[in-house]
Amino acid sequence: MPADARRAVEEAARASWGRLLAHLAAGTRDLAAAEDALAEAYLSAVRSWPRTGVPDRPEAWLLTAARRTLIDAARHRDVATRALPSLARLMHQDEPGTPSTIPDKRLELLFTCAHPAIAVGVRSPLMLQAVLGLDAARIASAFLVSPAAMGRRLVRAKTKIKQAGIPFAVPGPDQLPERLEFVLDAIYAAYGTGWDERSGLVDEALRLARLVTQLLPGESEAHGLLAALLHGAARERARRADDGTFVPLDEQDVRRWAPALMAEAERHLARATAPGPYRIQAAIQSVHNRRAVTGSTDWATIAALYDDLVAHTPSIGAHVARAAAHMQAGAPAAVLAMLDALDAPTYQPHWVVRAHCLHRTGADPSGATRIALGLTEDPALRAHLVTTFARWSEGAADHPPG
Amino acid sequence: MQYLIMAMETAEEFAEREDPERGAEYWAGWGAYLAALSESGVMTGTGGLHPPATSTTVRLRDGQRVVHDGPFADTKEQLGGYFVIDVPDLDAALEWAARCPAAARGAVEVRPLMTPEYYASTGAG
Repeated sequence: MPADARRAVEEAARASWGRLLAHLAAGTRDLAAAEDALAEAYLSAVRSWPRTGVPDRPEAWLLTAARRTLIDAARHRDVATRALPSLARLMHQDEPGTPSTIPDKRLELLFTCAHPAIAVGVRSPLMLQAVLGLDAARIASAFLVSPAAMGRRLVRAKTKIKQAGIPFAVPGPDQLPERLEFVLDAIYAAYGTGWDERSGLVDEALRLARLVTQLLPGESEAHGLLAALLHGAARERARRADDGTFVPLDEQDVRRWAPALMAEAERHLARATAPGPYRIQAAIQSVHNRRAVTGSTDWATIAALYDDLVAHTPSIGAHVARAAAHMQAGAPAAVLAMLDALDAPTYQPHWVVRAHCLHRTGADPSGATRIALGLTEDPALRAHLVTTFARWSEGAADHPPG
Repeated sequence: MQYLIMAMETAEEFAEREDPERGAEYWAGWGAYLAALSESGVMTGTGGLHPPATSTTVRLRDGQRVVHDGPFADTKEQLGGYFVIDVPDLDAALEWAARCPAAARGAVEVRPLMTPEYYASTGAG
C-alpha cells in the first residue's frame, strides 16, 4: 500500500496548493482552469509517486505537470483559432529551479479573491478554495448553503475574475489600506462572526491570517486581526463543557484556555501599532484573556475599548457587544437606552443582552427571553439560555421584584 | 482589455445640459474628463446621448413590431453617454470610472468587452 506516497501528495497539497495555484493563475487570471490543471497534477502524483518514488522537489514536479495540462488545453483550444497571448505567457514562464524559487504570488491571489468587484459573500469562500484548496462541499456547509449553490457562486466569481479582468496584483500604496481591509474582513468572516464560531473554519482562518502577516509584516491591522483570532481560538476548548453544553465566556474555566495561542496573540498585538478596528478587537480579547492571570475581568476597560470600536466600525454586532460590556461594567439601565437606539429586531445577541439588562434592573425579561430563544440557532446555546432564563424565573418567584 | 464605461445620469444632470445657469459647470466637467481620456491615449470610442425622453424602444412579438416611447427600463439613472477604453485590467478601468462626472451624482457601470480569446472559446470561434 503506497501510504507514504499518498501522504506525500496530501502534504504537498496542503502546503503548496495556494502557492502553486497563485503561480499558475497569475499569468492568465483563469482560476478555474488553473485549479483543474493543478487538481489533475495532484491526481497524477497519486498515481505515479507510489511507483517512481516521491520526487526531490515535489512542488516543482506538480507545477510542471499542471503547466503541461494548461498548455495542452490552451493549444487544443487555440489550434482552430489563433495563437493567443495566454499560451505565449505560459510557454515563456521560466521553469522553476527549486521549490523556493517559485515566486510567492499568494498575496496577489488574496487581493484578487477579496476584490471589491467580487460579491462580498463569496470573497471568503473564494479565498478558502483558492488559497487553501478547501473543497466546495466543505465550504458550503460552513456557510450554511447547499454545495450546488456554493459551487455556482464560486464559478460565477471565477468567471468574473477572468472576464472582467480583475487584476492579479497587490494594490499600490494609496489603495492598499482600503483593499487590505477587504482581505482581512473576508478572513474574519471565515472565522465566524461575533458570538458563535459555527463556521468551524477556525484553523483555516488562522492559516490565512498568519499568511497575511507573513506576506505583509508591516501592516498593523493584519497583526491585529491575527491577534484577535488567536485570542478567540485560545478559548475554543473552554466553550463547551465535557458533556457538550455551552459555557459563556465569563464562566469559562481559564485552565482550558490555550496559553501558547494567547502568547502568540500577544506578540502580534504588540506589532499592531496603528489605530484600527482589528487592533481594538485584539485588545478587547486580550483584556478578556487576562483573566487567566488576574482571575477577574476588567469590564470598564472592555467597555471603553468597545466605545472606540463602534467609532471605527458601527456594525450591529459591535454595538450590541458594546452594550453587553457596559452592562457587565454595571450600567444595565443605561444599556437599555443604548439598545433602544439600535435597529436590530432579528439580531439574537441583542435580545439576550436586553433580557439580561431587564433582569438586572428588576423588570420582566420574559418578552425578551422568548424572542432571544426563538432567534437562537445553536442547540447548545439554546439549552444554556433556557437554563439561565429558568433560573431567573425561579429566583423571581423566591424574591418577587418590587 | 477593453471596457465600456457607461455614464448613468440623473434627471437633474440631464436637465442641467440646457440650463443657462448650471450648464457651463456641467459641460466643463465633461470637457475635462474627455480631455484627460484622450490625452492619456486609452480611449477607443465615445458618444454622448440625448436624454431618455428622446428614446424609442422596439420589440418584435409574434411577428409584430411593438414600438413604445421611452427607454426599455424606467430607472432613476439613465444612460447619458459612453466611453470605450483600453487598459490593462479592471482596477485601471475603475480608476477612469471614478473620475467620470456621472459617478458623483448618478452611477457609472463598467463592463468588459468580449475578447478574441473569449469568442474563440465559444461557438463564435
